[in-house]
Amino acid sequence: MTVERWLEAALADADRRGMPELKPLLQGLAAATAALRGADWNERADGDATTPATGAPARTER
Amino acid sequence: MSGWNGQTIDELRGALARGAITSERLTEHCLERIASLNPRLNAFITVTAEAALASARAADAARASGAALSALHGIPISLKDLIDQAGVRTTAGSQVRRDVVATADATVTARLRVAGAVFVGKNNLHEFAFGTTNDDSGFGGARNPIDDTRSTGGSSGGSASAVRTGMSIASIGTDTGGSIRIPAGVCGVVGLKPGWDEIPSDRIVPLSRQLDHVGPLARTVTDAWLVHETLAGRAPGLTDRLDPLPLKGLRFGRLTGYFATRIAPDVRDGIESAIAQLARAGAVIEPVEIAHAADIGPVYLHLVMGDAARYHAATLESRPGDYTAPVRLRLEMGRYILAEDYARALRGREVIAAAIDRALSGRAGLLCPTLPVTAPPIGALSVPVGDGDEPVRSAMLRLTQPFNLGRQPAISLPCATSPAGLPIGLQIVGARAGTTHLLRAALACERVLEF
Repeated sequence: MTVERWLEAALADADRRGMPELKPLLQGLAAATAALRGADWNERADGDATTPATGAPARTER
Repeated sequence: MSGWNGQTIDELRGALARGAITSERLTEHCLERIASLNPRLNAFITVTAEAALASARAADAARASGAALSALHGIPISLKDLIDQAGVRTTAGSQVRRDVVATADATVTARLRVAGAVFVGKNNLHEFAFGTTNDDSGFGGARNPIDDTRSTGGSSGGSASAVRTGMSIASIGTDTGGSIRIPAGVCGVVGLKPGWDEIPSDRIVPLSRQLDHVGPLARTVTDAWLVHETLAGRAPGLTDRLDPLPLKGLRFGRLTGYFATRIAPDVRDGIESAIAQLARAGAVIEPVEIAHAADIGPVYLHLVMGDAARYHAATLESRPGDYTAPVRLRLEMGRYILAEDYARALRGREVIAAAIDRALSGRAGLLCPTLPVTAPPIGALSVPVGDGDEPVRSAMLRLTQPFNLGRQPAISLPCATSPAGLPIGLQIVGARAGTTHLLRAALACERVLEF
């Protein structure tokens, strides 16, 4: 499920439950989820098998 | 000595041994402070005065009989009110648990009890430890003892307030994203988050079992060490001491990037001054950046929200009106997190933990502010952080939560005072399984920081 489709469903569910005050929080969560999915340590089934290991040095370290 | 006048546990254990004060008198003093200050500060949800006085008399009797004693024997201690003490209610700061009485001690409570500590009461907290201000408690918000229009920080806000004012000599808190270090920082006391799983967390109401840490709030680093050792099951005696590391040549990483941007000017100036003092005393300060720092917030959010939703799902359905509205809403938000995103966050936690470990390599510790701001006004939704405003919750958590993900020990020391008279905390982060080494480094720092 994409973040956009998840958010659409979540907002509709908040309305169905009579909790419209939840909607701004869900929009904030959607932004955090998009950032999480965009992190460069995420692995992909069609990607390089040697995706970043937890022990590998990263670009920004010095 | 007729009462307590700012003395530390380290000083009081000597005074008690010499007979300069009794535990009963010391406990009476703390109870008098509670009676006087708590109506304004709301640092305690439950006060156990009669039981405390009985324990204090028993402690004095044991001392008179010549029994072998620990450093905490006869010392008044308070517990964050999510830690079980047999026979006393554990509210977790929520009306959801207003009638839940503990049937047994948590292991940490039992260890303190065996060491002879005197329990004076249960401290206020942000409801279910799910917040950084202590504004949202089912028993009313706590108020900062330095400026009662401001937040104590949270979630262990009542604990920090109690220690700062002498309502207790130390307190036990919990820290899932900064909940010991944040209130310690804004109330001007020492707060230690030990390494993860170092201190047992049974019979403690959880927020996220994979991020929760148990530790002390105290007046000094030595006091934090004395309490930490007791919580860890190694109760120190009357003469055991913590030795500082030699500061000359001691290597620290000064965190840059994520940890040095969006810092309020008064905090930035206070931290600059403290680090300059450490450098003048011979510490070697090197800039260091932690990789993947931009991912810290999203990873933390998905883990803590998912874990909290798991614990609260049933009562959110059955007793929604017993939660404070802000905490209920955030818990409800957690119920929408997808399994795949929670799993991504689990992986992210490992990546961030390893990045922090690498930054610590070869160093005694990492240095950064505990918070980017001083105590915010009660009820504030956002705070100025240099070039703009930031929501209070994210601002207060931003610099402490990385080390809950990484599970490294971290301590907040008072290091400066803002022009408005508000405390500023310096955070020192140590290597995993290196809490004692961190405390020795922190003691060396404490001895040179003047403000």
